[in-house]
Amino acid sequence: MQHTPVIETQQLQYHFTSHDLNNNAQKIEILQNVNLTINAGEQVAIIGSSGSGKSTLLSLLAGLDVPSSGSVQVNGNAFSALDEDGRAAVRAQTMGFIFQSFQLLPALSALENVMLPLQLKNNPEARALSLAALKQVGLSERMQHYPKQLSGGEQQRVAIARAFATQPNILFADEPTGNLDHATGQMIIELLFEMNASQGTTLVLVTHDLTLAARCQRQLVLSQGQLTDQVTS
Amino acid sequence: MLSIKLAWQQTLNLWRAGALRVLVFALIVAVTAITAVGFFTARVDSALTQQGGLLLGGDVAMLSDHVIQSSYIQSAQSLNLQSVNTVEFASMVTFGDDNQLAQIKAVDTGFPLRGDLTIGQSTLDAGVLVKHGPKQGEVWIEPRLTNLLAVKVGDQVQVGMLDFVVSQILVREPSRGGDMFNFAPRLMMHTADLPATELIQTGSRVKYQLLVAGAPQAVKQFYETTAPLLGRGEKIQDVQSARPEIRSALEKARQFLGLSAMVSLILAMVAMVLSSMPYIKQSLETFALMRCFGAAKQLVLQVLAWQTAFIAVLSAIVGIALGYIAQLGLEQVAGHLFVDALPPIPLAPIGMALLVSLAMMFAVVLPHAWQIRHLTAMNILRRETIAPNASNQFKYLPAALVMVAAIFWQANSVKLAAATVAALIGLSAVMVLLAWVCINASVAIMDKAATSKTMNSIKMGVYGLKRRMGLSIMQMIGFSIGLTVLMLLALVRNDLINSWQASLPADAPNRFVINIQSDQIPAVEHFFKQHEIKGSQVLPMIRGRLMTKNGEDMQNKVWKTDRQQRLAQREFNLSMAQDLQSDNQLLEGEWWRENDHGKSYMSIEHDLAKNLGVKLNDQLVFDIAGAPIEFTVTSIRKVDWDTMRANFFAVTTPATLNAFSASYLSSFHLPKEKVLAMNQLVKDLPNLTVIDIAALLAQVRGIMQQMSTTIAFVYLFSLVAGIAVIYAALVATQEARVMEATLMRVFGSSKREVTVAYLTEFVVIGFVAALVAVVVANGLAYYLSQYVLNISFQFNVGAVLVSLVLASIFIPLAAWFGLRGYLNVTPRQLLQSV
Repeated sequence: MQHTPVIETQQLQYHFTSHDLNNNAQKIEILQNVNLTINAGEQVAIIGSSGSGKSTLLSLLAGLDVPSSGSVQVNGNAFSALDEDGRAAVRAQTMGFIFQSFQLLPALSALENVMLPLQLKNNPEARALSLAALKQVGLSERMQHYPKQLSGGEQQRVAIARAFATQPNILFADEPTGNLDHATGQMIIELLFEMNASQGTTLVLVTHDLTLAARCQRQLVLSQGQLTDQVTS
Repeated sequence: MLSIKLAWQQTLNLWRAGALRVLVFALIVAVTAITAVGFFTARVDSALTQQGGLLLGGDVAMLSDHVIQSSYIQSAQSLNLQSVNTVEFASMVTFGDDNQLAQIKAVDTGFPLRGDLTIGQSTLDAGVLVKHGPKQGEVWIEPRLTNLLAVKVGDQVQVGMLDFVVSQILVREPSRGGDMFNFAPRLMMHTADLPATELIQTGSRVKYQLLVAGAPQAVKQFYETTAPLLGRGEKIQDVQSARPEIRSALEKARQFLGLSAMVSLILAMVAMVLSSMPYIKQSLETFALMRCFGAAKQLVLQVLAWQTAFIAVLSAIVGIALGYIAQLGLEQVAGHLFVDALPPIPLAPIGMALLVSLAMMFAVVLPHAWQIRHLTAMNILRRETIAPNASNQFKYLPAALVMVAAIFWQANSVKLAAATVAALIGLSAVMVLLAWVCINASVAIMDKAATSKTMNSIKMGVYGLKRRMGLSIMQMIGFSIGLTVLMLLALVRNDLINSWQASLPADAPNRFVINIQSDQIPAVEHFFKQHEIKGSQVLPMIRGRLMTKNGEDMQNKVWKTDRQQRLAQREFNLSMAQDLQSDNQLLEGEWWRENDHGKSYMSIEHDLAKNLGVKLNDQLVFDIAGAPIEFTVTSIRKVDWDTMRANFFAVTTPATLNAFSASYLSSFHLPKEKVLAMNQLVKDLPNLTVIDIAALLAQVRGIMQQMSTTIAFVYLFSLVAGIAVIYAALVATQEARVMEATLMRVFGSSKREVTVAYLTEFVVIGFVAALVAVVVANGLAYYLSQYVLNISFQFNVGAVLVSLVLASIFIPLAAWFGLRGYLNVTPRQLLQSV
C-alpha cells in the first residue's frame, strides 16, 4: 500500500496568555512540538484526557485556527501559513466536519442543513446529493424536520450526511459520539465507518471513547499537549 | 451570483424558522407609518395649498399700489401660468339720493383662478357657487350694501360716471382677505368697465393685484423669480402668507401629524432593535458554520448584505402597499373635507420609506458584520462569541444614529427633534439608574423576607431580575419608550383638540361692529341685552400715530424690514381697557390697578414690541388728533389672535383718552335667528359697519374638525407601533426566560412556582417602566404643549395612576401569555426544544 501524506505537522505549538484575578499574565501551553503525518485514506483517532489539547489539535489540522509556531501542510502544501480565506478555500475543497454538538442550524430543515456546504460550493446537484446522503443515513422520511424535532442520534446522522454529501478527502470528527448514549453512539460509529469506507475518506477523529478509537487504524495519544504515543491497530 | 442565491435561501429559512417575524413586523409598521403619513400629508399639504389658493383667489398674488408692470404678466405667461388682474379702491356708490362708501373690486373675466364666489338673488339667499365674476355692465354687491342703500337685484346703481345693474348679491367672497377693519362693503364689477367710470385718477389710492395660478413648480418659480424684483409699493403673497388665522390652525395640525409619524417611526425602530436578536443570533451561527465549511469572508459578508437588503426591501414593499391602503382610509376620513379631490399621490414618501427600511436594517446588522469579520471558524467549535455580546452596547450605536437622523428628518423642526432625542436619552439614562436602584432594593428586601413556598417563587423572580440585569434594563427601556410615546400622544392629542375647540367655542364672535359713535353705545348695548347676546364689550378706538420712542423719531427712521416700516408708519387703533382680556397673556410688567386709571400707561402687544424694539418703561409719544401724548410702557402682552375677538396692539388705562373723539367697536356672536334683528339695528343706525366673519369661522372650524379626525386616524399607527415595541420587548428575552423556566421545572419547581417567579419579574419591570414613562411623558407633553404647539397643558393625576396600574397588570399578563405555552409541556420536551 502506497502511503501518500495528506496532513503533516512540524513542531506544532499552541499557547495563549491568560490573566488571573490579580491580572497577572500567565502563558498557557496547549500543544507542544507536535509532529505527525496522516496518510490518504487513513483512519486516525486522537485520544487523551480532557484538557490534553485534542480539540485544539483537530482545529489546527483543519485550519480552523492557526498555530503559535510550527506548521501544518495539507496535500504537501503549506496550510497554516495561509490566511483565513486561503484556509477556508482549502477546507471547502477537501474537508468535512462532524461536531460533538452537531452544529445543525435550528432555522434549517434536515435537508437544508445537509445542502448548506454544497450550496456554498454552488453545486447544482446540491439537492439530489443531499437527498442521497440523507437516504444513506436513513433519514429520508425526516428530511423536512427541523433539528429541534429530531433526537440527538438523528441530529448526528444529519451531521454525518452533511459531512459526506460533499465527498471530502479528509473528514474531521470532534467527539462524534460525545453527546449520545452508548447504543446510539454505536450506531453512529457504524454509520461513520461505513460511509468512510465507501468513500475512501481520510478520517481524523477526536474521542474519549477507546472503543471508537480502536476502530481506527492508528491512535495518537495526547498528554499535556504532547504526542506521547502512537498505536497502530 | 452565489451570494444572492444563498442570501435568498437564508432569508426564506429565517422567515420559516420564525426568526424574522417581529423584526419584519416592526419594519413594516415603520414603513407603513412613514408612507401613509407621508402620502397623506403630502397630498393634504398640496390640497391645503389649493385651499389657501381659494382664499387668495390664485396660487400667488402680486400686489401693487401702481399699475402692475407688464414684465410680471409676461413672466407668468412664459411659465404657462394663468393670470388675471383685479383693481380695488374705495368709492361712493349712489342709489337714488343715497350714497354709501364701498370697496370696489374690478375683476378680469378669468377671476377667480382658484375657488369660487357665492351669489344669490336676495340677502337671505343661501346662494350658488360660481367660478366667474360679473359681466360688463353689471355689478354684484354685498348684503351689507343692499341694506345700507336699500337696493335689490335689478336696481340700477351709479359708480363714478357709469350706471350698472345690480345683477346678483355677492353672498360670499373667500378671496377677500386683507384687513377686516379697513374695508367698506364690497361692490364687484368687470375691469373692462373701469375706464368709463373715470374713478381712477392720478393720485387715487388703488390696490392693483395680479393673481397667478398653475403647476406648483411653475408657481414656485414665479414666486422665487418675482420676489427679488419687487420695487417700491409692490409685494407678493403666497398661500402661506395670505391667511394667518387659518395658517396657525394648520401649522399645529401639521406639527402633530408629523409628530405622530415620528413617534411611530421611533417605536418601530425600537421594536426592530429589540427584535433583531434572534435574527442576528441565527445569522451569526449560520455564517460561522459557513466559514467552517470553507466560505470566504467576503462571501459571508456579501450574503449578509444581500439578506439584509432582501428583508429591508420586501418589508418596505409590504409596508408601502399597506401605507397606500391606509392613506386611502385617511382620504376617506378627512380628504374630501379639504377639497373635492385630493391631488395625486407623490412618490417621495416611497423613496424615503425604502431608504429608512434599508438604513435601519443595515444599522442593526452592521456591528455584527464587524463581528463576523473577526470571527474565526474555531469559534464555532468552542461556541464562543457566536451569540451577540450583550454587554457591548456600542452595537446599538448605528441604529441609534439612524434613529436620530430619522427623527430630525421627520420632525421637520430642529427644536422638536432635539427635544425628542434628549428625551429618549434622558429616558434611557433615568431607566438604567432607576432599574438598578429598584432591582437592588427588591433583592435587599427579598433577602430579609420570610420564607414560604410562594415567597420563594417571588424571590426567584426578583433574583432573576438581578441575574439578567442587562436584559431586564433593556426590556424596561423598551417598555418605557413604548408606554411613554403612547401616553404622550394621548396627552398631547387631547390637549391639542381641546385647546382648538376652546379657542373657537361654538359662541365665538362671528360679527364685528365698527364705527359706533359714543352716543350710539346705549342703543347697541340695548340691542345686546334685548337679544341676550352675551360676552360682548363695546371698546373705544382712537386713532394715533407713533411719533417717538424715548425721544427717537419713529416715522423717519430707516427700518430693516418692510414689515417694521409698515408697522411704524401705520396709524394705530388705540384703546382703553379696565381689565386684561381673557385671550391676552401678560408676558412682562404689570396690568394697571384701579387707582392707575387716567394715568398714561400703555400695554403693547409683544410681536409689535419686538418689531419696533419697544421695551418695558419706554416712553412712547403718539400723535392723537394733532396732539402729542406721552405713554409709559408698563406691560407687554401676548394676544391669542385665533380667538377672532377684537384685540388691540396698544391699550391704555380707562379715561386717559376721554378728551379725544373715539369711535367704538364690538365683537359678538350673533345666532342665525337674530340676523334680521341685526339688519334692523343697522337700518336704525346706518353709519354702523357690521363685518360678518361667520364664513371664515366656519372654514377654520372645518379645518380643525378634519384635522382632529385625521389625527385620531394617524394615532392608530402609533398605537400599533407602540404595541409592536412592547411585544418586541417581551420576545427579546423570551428564549433566555424559557430556558430558565425549563431548568426550574427540571429541578422540581411546579408550574405555579415558575409562573409566580415569572410574573414577579414582569410586575417589577412593568411598574418601573410605567413609572419612568409617566414622568417622562408628562414632562414631554408639558414641553411640547408649552413651547412647540403653544397650547396649555393640564396635568392629569387620574391618567397617571391608571397608566401605572394598567402597565403593572398588562405587561406581566402579556408576558405570561407568551410563556404559558411552554408551561403545558413536559420538562423532557422542553429540554429538547431549548
